[in-house]
Amino acid sequence: MVSYLINGISLGSVYAIIALGYTMVYGIAKMLNFAHGDVIMIGGYMAFCSTSYLGWPVIPSVLFSVFVCTILGMIIEKLAYKPLREASSLAVLITAIGVSYFLQNAALLIWSSNPKAFPNMVNLPNLVIGDVQISSVAIVTIITSIIIMIALTMFTSKTKLGKAMRAVSEDKGAAQLMGINVNATISMTFAIGSGLAAIAGVLLCSAYPTLMPTTGAMPGIKAFTAAVFGGIGSIPGAMLGGILLGIIEIFAKAYISTQLSDAIVFAVLIIVLIVKPTGLLGKKIAEKV
Amino acid sequence: MGDMNKKKLSKKASKSFVNYGIVICFFIVFQILSSTGHLGSSLKGQLIPICAYIVMALSLNLVVGISGELSLGHAGFMSVGAFTGVVVAQSLASSVPNGQMRLIMALIIGALVAGIAGILIGIPVLRLRGDYLAIVTLAFGEIIKNVLNCLYVGIDERGLHFSLKDEPSLHLEPGGKTILSGPMGALGVTKLSTFFVGIILILLVLFYIQNLIDSRPGRAIAAIRDNRIAAEACGIPVTKYKLMAFVTSAAMAGAAGALYALNYSTVVPKKFDFNTSILVLVFVVLGGIGNLRGSIIAAALLTVLPELLREFQDYRMLVYAIVLILVMLITNNEKAMTFVRNTIDNIMKKSRKEAA
Repeated sequence: MVSYLINGISLGSVYAIIALGYTMVYGIAKMLNFAHGDVIMIGGYMAFCSTSYLGWPVIPSVLFSVFVCTILGMIIEKLAYKPLREASSLAVLITAIGVSYFLQNAALLIWSSNPKAFPNMVNLPNLVIGDVQISSVAIVTIITSIIIMIALTMFTSKTKLGKAMRAVSEDKGAAQLMGINVNATISMTFAIGSGLAAIAGVLLCSAYPTLMPTTGAMPGIKAFTAAVFGGIGSIPGAMLGGILLGIIEIFAKAYISTQLSDAIVFAVLIIVLIVKPTGLLGKKIAEKV
Repeated sequence: MGDMNKKKLSKKASKSFVNYGIVICFFIVFQILSSTGHLGSSLKGQLIPICAYIVMALSLNLVVGISGELSLGHAGFMSVGAFTGVVVAQSLASSVPNGQMRLIMALIIGALVAGIAGILIGIPVLRLRGDYLAIVTLAFGEIIKNVLNCLYVGIDERGLHFSLKDEPSLHLEPGGKTILSGPMGALGVTKLSTFFVGIILILLVLFYIQNLIDSRPGRAIAAIRDNRIAAEACGIPVTKYKLMAFVTSAAMAGAAGALYALNYSTVVPKKFDFNTSILVLVFVVLGGIGNLRGSIIAAALLTVLPELLREFQDYRMLVYAIVLILVMLITNNEKAMTFVRNTIDNIMKKSRKEAA
């Protein structure tokens, strides 16, 4: 029971980190970034390459992966999304899907479809309390995500850049009039989101050590669900949504049915949205006539 | 005034006749090509999937273009229709020996069951708006896939048996047959679909949607899309008409699914996942939202495109992705569009000059 709970929180923390990327980008650019899941996968491969081929130690390879994904996120934003800033949201959505296909197929060409065994990044002994055994990966995941969440909350509420980010997501035009560089702020949001995705990729692959070009797809969809679950656009919402989703998934797998666990997760999402149509912590937007 | 009305009407009518014409020409050309043996076997195998995808694109256009709701779970209805169709076709194998008859029954029942799924899903879903609605349709699509992945159906003398666990728990009598076996899907399906029936299905769907657009309910649906509050204030029952568009679209997707499934000897639930929903959405958006002709052309071209890109071999899906991104960037860029228009005009002028 306790170990299920810990596993759930650990999986949920990964979802929460991915969901943060979705929710920040949605909040600021009002777009569903479907390529986010594939950035996770690229992050995983980067860490895999630097440790397995180059023999780098853990910390530099994680930093390398974060660095590559941050740059990748900025490039994607510059080339594919920036020209569409004024276009309809559906056009942006399809472009994001195009980017997602591109990343998946590029990975397929570079690393082939054979699953790669992800190296063990966390070389620590498992924690044993009484008769409950907790894997070290779970503990590292939970601690990392707590640090990220605190850092991100501090960043958005205390720093100038973070405040600029919130201002742009409230009202682009007004933010520009106040002297905020809107384009640079959006670009930075993508950079942060993609960097987080890289960390999530490493954590995800440490817990489930098979790496394929499609690795990011399902966690991507689930984290997106988590972001909506908590109220999309809201940073605490994404954290709460992610962790709840992880716990529900692990418990559904353990007590109800392994095969139907995804169906149960999505069913819970639907029930929540029907009761509270803007998610758990989402703001209710009054309609102007 | 009366004259103008007449002109407008005839313009509309001729526009829809052009659409029927395109579909019929498509049929005749490919029929001739395949009977004279000019059609490669890989392209020939694509004909029925193309029909199914065209119907999918048309039906999704009804939701996305005309009703203005983003649906990301359209493949769910396709799979409901597909597996219902397979069960119907397989279980009637002995009582209805005529294959075409069985195919038509499979299409109709597939559409009905998908329509019922549409009602069940539509009632809760249509309370939500925008991206929340999109994510819930996505969730329903995943739920349908997940449940079908665990569904076992068998038949014996006592009738149909269902189970969500495994094959033995169907308790089939000796001589009974399993039709659906969970993640393995349907095995040993008799291929019934024909290109002709596919074309008839497209024409029927096209006829229905084109008439719906110009009817009272169609105008109500468009009014809700353009301004829900104003439409509500005019006394249009919003939920009723939204649900109507959603359910009709689901039923059409069901028929498309049955057509698609009965073209293969094995069908797995995994085929109808999120990626298929997205693929159909790509057809609709590239063809132009709300533009039926665009949907038909985009669905046909993009289904064949990966085949045409064969020479790029491993790179073909990469090229497909780049084409997709470039098309979206160019069509949404004023300067690029004027450039494209000007070049087309220049080429036209040149060819006219040369002709003269």
